[in-house]
Amino acid sequence: MTLGYTLLYLTLIVLIPLSGLFIQTMNLSFAEFWNHVTSPRVVASYRLTFGASFIGAAINAVFGFLIAWCLVRYRFPGRRLMDALVDLPFALPTAVSGIALTTIFSKHGWIGQYLEPLGIKAAYSPIGVVIALTFIGLPFVVRTLQPAIEELEKEAEEAAASLGANRLQTFLRVILPTVFPALLTGFALAFARALGEYGSVVFISGNMPGRTEITSLLIITKLEQYDFAGATAIAVVMLVVSFAILLSINLLQWWFSVGRRRVA
Amino acid sequence: MSPLQETQSLNNQNNLETSVLKPTAKYIDWLSSLVPGLLITLAIGFMALFLVLPLLVIFIEAFKLGLGEYFKSFQDPSAWHAVKLTLIATGISLPLNLVFGIAAAWAIAKFEFVGKSVLITLIDLPFAVSPIISGLIFVLMFGLQGWFGAWLAERDLQIIFAVPGIVLATIFVTFPFVARELIPLMQEQGSDEEQAAISLGATGWQSFFYITLPNIKWAVLYGVILCNARAMGEFGAVSVVSGHIRGKTNTVPLHIEILYNEYNVVAAFAMASLLALMGLVTLALKTFLEWKVQQDRNTTLEPTLAEVH
Amino acid sequence: MPKQPPKRDSLSLTLVRPIVVTQSIDRNTRRFLGRLAASFPALALFALIAPFVLLGCTPSQPSVPVSGTASDSTSPQLVSATSASKSASAVKLLNVSYDPTREFYQEFNSSFASYWKDKTGQNVSVDQSHGGSGKQARAVIDGLQADVVTLALSLDIEAIAEKGKLLSSDWQSKLPNNSAPYTSTIVFVVRKGNPKNIRDWDDLVKGDVEVITANPKTGGGARWNYLAAWGYALHKELGDLNLLKTDPKSDKGQAAQVAAKKFVGDIYKRVPVLDSAARGSTNTFVQREIGDVLLTWENEAFLSIAEGGKDKFEIVVPSISILAEPPVAVVDKFAAKHGVAEVAKAYLEYLYTPIGQSLAAKHHYRPALPDSVDAKLLATFPKVNLFKIDDAFGGWAAAQKEHFIDGGVFDQIYESK
Repeated sequence: MTLGYTLLYLTLIVLIPLSGLFIQTMNLSFAEFWNHVTSPRVVASYRLTFGASFIGAAINAVFGFLIAWCLVRYRFPGRRLMDALVDLPFALPTAVSGIALTTIFSKHGWIGQYLEPLGIKAAYSPIGVVIALTFIGLPFVVRTLQPAIEELEKEAEEAAASLGANRLQTFLRVILPTVFPALLTGFALAFARALGEYGSVVFISGNMPGRTEITSLLIITKLEQYDFAGATAIAVVMLVVSFAILLSINLLQWWFSVGRRRVA
Repeated sequence: MSPLQETQSLNNQNNLETSVLKPTAKYIDWLSSLVPGLLITLAIGFMALFLVLPLLVIFIEAFKLGLGEYFKSFQDPSAWHAVKLTLIATGISLPLNLVFGIAAAWAIAKFEFVGKSVLITLIDLPFAVSPIISGLIFVLMFGLQGWFGAWLAERDLQIIFAVPGIVLATIFVTFPFVARELIPLMQEQGSDEEQAAISLGATGWQSFFYITLPNIKWAVLYGVILCNARAMGEFGAVSVVSGHIRGKTNTVPLHIEILYNEYNVVAAFAMASLLALMGLVTLALKTFLEWKVQQDRNTTLEPTLAEVH
Repeated sequence: MPKQPPKRDSLSLTLVRPIVVTQSIDRNTRRFLGRLAASFPALALFALIAPFVLLGCTPSQPSVPVSGTASDSTSPQLVSATSASKSASAVKLLNVSYDPTREFYQEFNSSFASYWKDKTGQNVSVDQSHGGSGKQARAVIDGLQADVVTLALSLDIEAIAEKGKLLSSDWQSKLPNNSAPYTSTIVFVVRKGNPKNIRDWDDLVKGDVEVITANPKTGGGARWNYLAAWGYALHKELGDLNLLKTDPKSDKGQAAQVAAKKFVGDIYKRVPVLDSAARGSTNTFVQREIGDVLLTWENEAFLSIAEGGKDKFEIVVPSISILAEPPVAVVDKFAAKHGVAEVAKAYLEYLYTPIGQSLAAKHHYRPALPDSVDAKLLATFPKVNLFKIDDAFGGWAAAQKEHFIDGGVFDQIYESK
């Protein structure tokens, strides 16, 4: 019965609306569809969206790991505060974070003014997109890693160390393999979230066609030109990609959990 | 005891073998004692750059013209209306997604069926879909040119560009959070306890309320908090279906955008600070919850451990 | 409760946790939960039904009072004669407009409300929705129930007529001056003292000048910017735009088009931030202090100086610019449905009265009927040589098709970069 309810609700809220998208694109022939989703400007936007999302997620994987590690393993003043702040990007409306980040990183902003003389243009460039996507992705990496690090058995590390392994070796051989599934999940979540991000990016990116125009913005642009077909075609591509990424996360997790159960 | 002795002797052996390199080893020891401090500094630095600074900007801009101007921003009736609308949208989507989240997690954790991963992915999907697309699908469905457009227009029903559309978009966007929080926990727990209860004569609902719910209550609360935070802050999807009628279909994030576009920076950031405050309260609540869970675990653990021993 | 198997040691605490927590639930909690359990099916049912109930009733709220006053507005004398309670029932209008008109319509709406109250005894309140012109038009097509639209380009209202079938195709002939009660033009805003010495269009592409303008594919005002620059280049090459009309395919005309494309392309090479609408680019220029010159609506330029400070910016009027005619129209279908056709029409006509025209002038829109406006107000508008979109491009439809559709000239400019 619960399964029935779940499916009903899922169908009503998610499946029917999303299928509308697909049906809308059915109005296009395949050639038209293909033209829409592979025009140079659209391809450039994919490149930026995927590239910046990937870099952002990678930065988050490194620093998210670091933060999660510090939060779990060390006791220092302000730790609780830091722990609470991690969720901030999640709680803040994306438009507000966009405006705030632009204020900081634009030419005359708090940080931007020091970057400008170095020849680094942070806001209104692909770097700005990466900054925004890093901001919104951080909680996902930290929150997936925290429990995994908590579960790490300190004994294993100590054993490794006592066997003569240095810190780097311990990290690479003992810690990393154990938390890798969680790290990968966090990375993929941050990546998936970044792909769809809109609100914070439009403020900081500069929106130059072919250079700093993300795919979500392109969809809006097409809509405003009454190009419904083009907009839905691109939306379908993004939707399928998101679905594929999420599905692979879930399959991966399932696979890891089966693996673990077998070992146990 | 024996493994410990073994490692210790191993250690000694090592020390003997590497005694020649002792100065370097000591140097490395000294270096590695610095590592935690270094890591913490790095982590705090990163957080300061990416999290604290934007937060500071919001509050500094909000209070730029003093307290008076700050509080004046909240006297605008359309600002209040935006707050009200945000609360309505959150208030409706939250219980709905709560019920769904528990039901979905139950179905996924306690039953085995084909395509489970696909189902979980579908639940996750609104999380990764661009908010623009989330808004667009409702326009496709309920817009005047959409599927039900003509039918709705005949009956004089307005869904998008009115409150129901905003609520629907909010539900869609916050759809995964409760379920996502619960699924791993319930999967880990399995269904042994419920089955035991049912075999002892409990009804399905009883087993749910006496056994399942107490087990998952903190995760439920955490899910609700996440859901709440997201519902209040949603911008993109709501923007597409709102119609931006001032004092009518503007939620707080949309009102912020409008204020910002009216060169009313102080009011914009004042409203933003309100959301940030809500977010901080939410986060504080969450921290409290976690602390509470910890306490719960500690106090109940002692007697149990005693029993075990 | 089953006791835990003793073989579990402290390492597997995480596995033990769930069972342990259960035991901590005291009796009161159980009783409470038991009561909850009894009501749970009802709660679940409520949760399922709630949205549908909501969908059903919210829309009827705004529509009921409107339809209630529908008959009243068609016979105003009756209203004032019958009862006070009836005249207290308000008529509501929704005006869907573009970004820079916020301040103007805010003042105009209250002026119209008191005018209408005096005339008919009926209260009218006008709701406003602002956004990019194209976005707003699309929202109306998709069902945003605007009674009147006041947008940046006739093309956008054309789309509402064509794609939405919400107003008749001859809408533009229903009000004077092509349904444009006020006009505007495109001017430059530069930083105080004009450090880059920008006097005319040619100066935009000199040295390291950075130009701020919005994306013409999404912003109405930005489209006017683009066309103004293009028209300037044509004018410079040809000396007289009439040549285009008499012989559009002449070699000279073709050469001028090529030169114009290069000129406009050069301008967009100097654009560091391409916001989606006029307001966004004003914010970029004023608040973020990016760029040396902002191309924008004349009224937007005045406003940015009022907001940003006279000591920081100044306006530069180029030698020639485009005559922008932002049109207005009643959205027949929605207005009729709400029963407010009469008041909607009066609302737009009020724009053409001396009061409406003066208010427009006060907010830096050039009045369509300047004779009715105080000369002092008119003196604030600098003299500009203006050309019409029909002169240089043969109308909006042609300009749109040539320049702004996907793969059009604007896209070519960006793809060649």
